[in-house]
Amino acid sequence: MDNTTSVILAGVGGQGVILISELLALAAIEAGFDATQTEEHGVSQRGGSVACQVRYGPEIRSPLVRPGRVDVILALEKLEGLRYAHTLHKEGVLVINAHEILPFSAGSAVASYPHHAIEFLAGKGLRVIDIAATEAAAALGNVRAANMLMLGALAACLALPPEAWDRVLARRIPARSLALNQRAFAEGARLAAGHEPGLQDETKEARYG
Amino acid sequence: MKTFLLGNEAIARGAWEAGVRFAAGYPGTPSTEILEALRNYREIDAQWSANEKVAFDEAMGASIGGVRALAAMKHVGLNVAADSFMVFPYADTNGGFVVVSAEDPGMNSSQNEQDNRYLARMAKMPVLEPSNSQECKDFTAGAFDLSEAFAVPVMLRTTMRSAHTKGQVALGERTERPRREFVPDGRRYAIPVYGPSHRRAIEARLDRLTAYAETTPFNRIVAADQPSAIGVIACGVAYQYAREVWDQADFFKLGMTYPLPRQALLAFCREHDKVYVVEEGEAFIEEQLLAFGATNVIGKALFGVIGAYSPERLAAALDGAPPRASYGDEIPILPRPPMFCVGCGHRTVFDVLRQLKVPVSGDIGCYTLGVLPPYEAEHTTFSMGASIGVAFGLQRAGHERSVAVIGDSTFIHGGIPSLIDSAYNGGRNTVIILDNTATGMTGHQPHPGTGQRLQGQPAPRLDLEKLVRATGVEQVVVVDTWDRKAVRRAIAQALNYDGLAVVIARGLCQQAPEMRARDLTPLHVLGDLCTDCGACYHSNCPALAEGPDGLPQIDPLACVACTVCQQLCVRGAIVGDAAVA
Repeated sequence: MDNTTSVILAGVGGQGVILISELLALAAIEAGFDATQTEEHGVSQRGGSVACQVRYGPEIRSPLVRPGRVDVILALEKLEGLRYAHTLHKEGVLVINAHEILPFSAGSAVASYPHHAIEFLAGKGLRVIDIAATEAAAALGNVRAANMLMLGALAACLALPPEAWDRVLARRIPARSLALNQRAFAEGARLAAGHEPGLQDETKEARYG
Repeated sequence: MKTFLLGNEAIARGAWEAGVRFAAGYPGTPSTEILEALRNYREIDAQWSANEKVAFDEAMGASIGGVRALAAMKHVGLNVAADSFMVFPYADTNGGFVVVSAEDPGMNSSQNEQDNRYLARMAKMPVLEPSNSQECKDFTAGAFDLSEAFAVPVMLRTTMRSAHTKGQVALGERTERPRREFVPDGRRYAIPVYGPSHRRAIEARLDRLTAYAETTPFNRIVAADQPSAIGVIACGVAYQYAREVWDQADFFKLGMTYPLPRQALLAFCREHDKVYVVEEGEAFIEEQLLAFGATNVIGKALFGVIGAYSPERLAAALDGAPPRASYGDEIPILPRPPMFCVGCGHRTVFDVLRQLKVPVSGDIGCYTLGVLPPYEAEHTTFSMGASIGVAFGLQRAGHERSVAVIGDSTFIHGGIPSLIDSAYNGGRNTVIILDNTATGMTGHQPHPGTGQRLQGQPAPRLDLEKLVRATGVEQVVVVDTWDRKAVRRAIAQALNYDGLAVVIARGLCQQAPEMRARDLTPLHVLGDLCTDCGACYHSNCPALAEGPDGLPQIDPLACVACTVCQQLCVRGAIVGDAAVA
């Protein structure tokens, strides 16, 4: 089955995870693939964890990917990246926004926020691409464009044709905010390009091991 | 031409293509998006109803009146509608009738797990189970044909994952259905009077449906490339999981799971050494297979009965491998539990209840979060509207200061008869209606208290205060839910009142479009005035946390200027921009 690409997109409610997940699925469809999109949890109240799974390939059956077979995780927040990191296969890539959003709970829990998550995961041998997306989006003029910036970084790790992304963004983003979102997308792709490339053309059999 | 649709959106599309004219429901995860998608089809009169029983009855009336009609609800919603659901099959439908039962194994947003195929079996009603978005559309349309062919109501059963996955759907066109003739006829529709003949007819119809099940195109065998000794009987989205887990097996894909094709299934079992049964929910198919006499089937003993299925779960059950572990043993992966939104008007009420330490019966809605820390001020939650009856019962058991907490939509759905009863039977407890003028938790659907209908039409606005007074309750106070002192005073008065008392704590849901669109000035802490007394933290607001200087700091992106922390600050150190001077 395995010319399927499986991506988990994770973040905190309100960050725009579901929107960029749909854009990924639509870009894959635009490129001629079958695709599915589903939320990891059935309910995503504001402030809670949100994760979507997007799968694309010639024919997708299960919308859920088996842990250990995820190709790319796109995390809009550090702790949320850590939450799903174990689902990557051994050649998988974690694209992570170094931004931290503290869970609102007892003070002691907040004190134990895993600030060193990225170093920890890199130490485990994971391929980590960390992007200061929130700061970069702020520099572009709107911190809320961080999700689109991360989507650009994700696009740099996948092999979908640029025209597919261009068409989907133009179709799905309201005209008044399209220019900002296109800039954020391009900036994310640029920042990710500084890291080693992602997935393009490996055979997957080797990866699941 | 394919479109990328959520399972629920595909169900709406299927209903539209099938020529449905009327659709009704009550919001509930994972069914809500069906009616929300139907809103956009102008040929369909689609509406939110006061509750699922009402929705079912209205769709039943539309069917009897000759048009195709759909009712959509979550699994527990069908319990509310069950009174009619169980009896409607005794009559013949006229226009096609489909009820969607959207179930939530895993209890992501529900109080229980409940496999409504058993209810359908009790009602002698056929069940269809789609496995992806395309089938959500096709089976919905097919369900209406089936309904009319057998003059029977049909259940379309989804589970959370089939309802909430987007996939590609090949669309069709709408086929208009002329309204079928309706002859008012008590012999057909007055079941309690003419029941016995209907009772016999329903068995005859079930026999015909069982014969149909043997050949229906809703079921099909998907053979492996090579002859296989392994067979898999699967339905719903679990079929898609199974296809991914068993590379080389023959599949009996059941699209119609009641009544079952006994002969075809037994033949399939005979042709294989071992047959796995993969179904989310209870052992509904498996138990029937065992009753049919199959001896080589295994299902729930291996895959389990609790929670939602996944490819990982099936694979792990087969090879015995433990699930892949997170890094949680080596590094703290903190939970991020759901909580009241920043500025949520429910907080002030639960803050008071927490301090009063009174027994609180809660209800179904966001305010169920009042059960959790930091409030822990809600002590029972069962079902829609139950809070009011439970508070009454607690009071009858001697707990005089018992309080019911219920949202506005839930009150309209299932609380009104209970309040009438509490007034009638001399209740002396307190009822707090949290009126945020929305069906909040499911995403701000309009209801009779909002002055708007599903398709945007203006509607008469239910006056909660007048309604409460009409029940005979005299102590009724309406209070601004963000006014801490007023909320405290109103609840204290209600508790001290000698008789049934109602407090309506009113304030729009922070997620309501008009709240999100408004211009607001976030509050901030004036470091010069703040003495770090910590009083503001008692707001329990997620936008307020200790800053780098050790003083409380308000996140300007999150703050919605609800002013609750400002009311707590005795120093006047929390201000909006206007007050800086």
